[in-house]
Parts: sequence; C-alpha cells; structure tokens
Amino acid sequence: MVQVLELRATLLSAIRRFFADRDFIEVETPAIVPSPGLDVHLSAFEVRDPRGKRAGWLATSPEYQMKRLLSAGAKRIFQVCRSYRGEERGSHHEREFTMLEWYRADATSDDLIGDTEELVAFVAGSLDQPAPEVQPPWQRMTVDEALQFHANLTLASLLDDEERFFRVWAEEVQPRLGAERPIVVTDWPASMASLAKLKPNGMADRFEAFFQGVELCNGFGELTDATEQRRRFERDQAERKADGLPVYPIDERFLADLERGMPESGGNALGVDRLLMLLLGASSIQAVMPFPDEQL
Amino acid sequence: MADTSDIKKGFKMLLDGVPFAVVDHQFVKPGKGQAFVRTRIKNMMTGAVIDRTFKSGEKLDKADTEERTMQYLYPEGDTRVFMDTRSYEQLALTNEQLGENVHYLLDGTEVDVMLFEGRPIGVTPPTFVELLVTETEPGFKGDTSSNTTKPATLETGLQVNVPLFVNAGDRLKVDTRTGSYVERVKG
Repeated sequence: MVQVLELRATLLSAIRRFFADRDFIEVETPAIVPSPGLDVHLSAFEVRDPRGKRAGWLATSPEYQMKRLLSAGAKRIFQVCRSYRGEERGSHHEREFTMLEWYRADATSDDLIGDTEELVAFVAGSLDQPAPEVQPPWQRMTVDEALQFHANLTLASLLDDEERFFRVWAEEVQPRLGAERPIVVTDWPASMASLAKLKPNGMADRFEAFFQGVELCNGFGELTDATEQRRRFERDQAERKADGLPVYPIDERFLADLERGMPESGGNALGVDRLLMLLLGASSIQAVMPFPDEQL
Repeated sequence: MADTSDIKKGFKMLLDGVPFAVVDHQFVKPGKGQAFVRTRIKNMMTGAVIDRTFKSGEKLDKADTEERTMQYLYPEGDTRVFMDTRSYEQLALTNEQLGENVHYLLDGTEVDVMLFEGRPIGVTPPTFVELLVTETEPGFKGDTSSNTTKPATLETGLQVNVPLFVNAGDRLKVDTRTGSYVERVKG
C-alpha cells in the first residue's frame, strides 16, 4: 500500500512538472456543478443541500468550467481532480476517480495528441520502474480502420445501429487496441462527437488513446459554436427523456461563455488511475487506489 | 429480478431455461457509449464455458440453485446414491451427470451437491481425496527424485501418472480439480 501511495505521488508530481515546463497553469473548478454533462451514457450523482433541496450534481468531468476559463482568456490550463460517475463499476471503473484534463487555446487535436504522447512517455520515465513501451510516436487509426482491421466490418455498416456499434467495439475492437504500444483512434462518427467540432470530412474531431485494450483518454478539437452546442444538448436531453433517464439541465453559463467567444482550442481528459495501472502492469485501477469504493 | 449490477463471480443466472454460473466478468464502456458487462459463464448442466455480453442494466433471471453437503452411499445401476447428512434425505445422480467426479467417490465421501429447481445436477468433491493404488508396475526402491512417471490405476478406476517409487497398495493424495497425483500418504 505504501508503495502504491509513493508511486501515485510520483506520477502526480511528474504530471505537474510536465505541464509547468510547458507554461500551463494548474486550475481548480468546483465538484458540485449545475449540470453534470448531458452525454446519454453518463450517469451522475445528485447533490442535495442540508434542507434536502437539490444543490446540483457531482461533476462527471470538469469540462464546462475549464472551457469557461478559456473564454475568460486563459491559454493553457490543466487540472487533476476527482470526477464522479454513477453506475460504472469494474476493474477499469470506479464511481470516484482521478481525471487529468488539459486545454490549449489556439491549438488543434493534433497538438493535443502530441501532448498526450509526450506526457505519457515523460511520466513513465519518472516512475523509476520497468515501464512498458510508450515512446512516441504512437500508431494512429481511424474508427473505420479499427473496425475493419479487428472486426472485419465497416463503420458505414454499423452507423444506423449505435448499440451494435458499441457491442462490436466492446467485444471485438477495443480489447485488441494498443496491445504492444498505445494507439490513437481518430475520426469518430459525427453522432458521437459530444463536445467536439466536426472535421471537413464530416467526422468528429475527436480522438481516444488505447493501451492494452484500455481506453486511456478522450480528446477533442473543441466545438466553439454555441448554437450547434445548444442543438446537441437539446438532442441529448430528448434522447435521455425518451430512454427514461434523468434529464439534466443545460449549463446556460457555459453556453453564454461559448457565445461570448471561446478561442479555437483542443482539450483532453485522461484517466490517471488507468495510466498508473497500465504503467505498473497492475490488474485493476482498484489495485493502484488507496480507497476503492469497495474498501470504504 | 436481478440485473447486470448483481453479476459477480459465482452468480447464477437462467438463460433459456438453463442455469449458468459466472466464471469471469468485466464492465466495459466504450468511449462515451453504451456500457456492457462481458462475461464468461459456465453451463451448470454440461460444464461448457461460453462468452456472453450483456447490456449494462439488462434484467437477468436468477437461477434457483442450492448447494447441499451430502454423503456418498453406494452405486445403484448407472446412478450413485447420496444422502443429506442433516435431513437423511437421499437422492441419485447418474454417472453421466457426475462425469470425472465419479472417480472421487468412496463410501462416506462428503461432496457438495448442486440442486437446480430442486433436482440434483452435479457435485463438487473435496479438493483432495485419498485413494488406494490397485495396479501399477512394481516400483524401484530408492528412486524418489526422478521425474519419470508411470501409469497407475486407483481403487475407483481413476488412472493417474505416478512417480516410479509408487507400488500397488500405497495410498495416494489426488487433486480432484486436475485429477492428478499430489503425494504418497504415509502409513
């Protein structure tokens, strides 16, 4: 246990050093937020005040508030914080986990992929442990290529059945991604763009890195168009309602700040517990956390 | 009614009327997508192991199974008769249901009998059992180090590979999970 604590501390200080060396500032945003994110497949913990009135939700990611800081003029920001998700439990999931998010104004998703490769190589070197092979550059593949390569299916053949897409992805594709070295998967379908802008080819400007079958991070060339963002939020709300899921409110201050003007930016969210697990060759994120849910 | 959040190792569910036990499971949630629980499950009737992926939150039927400690009594036709050590109730399993485990049954051996909807479907023998060697080539005295082995037949008909020093009449400890020789029992 003490060894895990020391390795975690080493990893966290290496992350902070990496960003400080690149002129990022560390920021803090609230854990209790007015909207926890509208993605249909995210579930959030509701927070009540001492009188029983709803106070908000625990943040599933610090994304909205960090982007508001970009609109306020911040250029390079990062945060290491707890994020909270309900109904996610398994060897790569905890209801409370450590997220690293960083954003760069005037940057593209390619710049963020570069940051990710360098960051992972840097922190792997700092751990003073035999680390797996993570040196850049990492292989890149589009979603369509990954499907064709690992499942012999085209993205086009799966697009009108999202559940089947995710089933094939979960069973056949993801477990085989990044078996030896991390891999970056780009060009997600527009319907899965979330808060990413669209590329000229019509695909989402979104990337994910995978290592040994584990999703390590999710990044975007950020959507800066408030009207389009509102349209997506309303679509997600309608889908949540149709599926009988709680319908979270739209964060109007976030949209207002987008409207006022957010620079073209890139952002990425990386699971710190998963990174430590992979670098140490541990079998679960719980093995690298001092207090997983089940031991509280 | 159970759902996928109840899945853990050993959880027993009913699929198309057949009981399955969870051997292994993993929660997966592909990037911003639908969550699933991937499982490896064992057909409790046949022992066959299959992979099955459930949508997270999917409803599951729990299998009505129960495990009871029973004592093996005697063979009867192509069945074996067991007795509940508390209620003295007796029941029989066919040799086919017992499979390899038929070789670990001696008069009085205590096993866990798995019941599905009240009917017996299989047994779990003790992890280690002691069995007498009835037949093997004579041993070489003093040869206790060589890795060479020879076949031996035990009192229940079980065939195991044993070290050369083992003789007919010796008692052996056998691992019932692998059906293999562990050691010779002194005395």
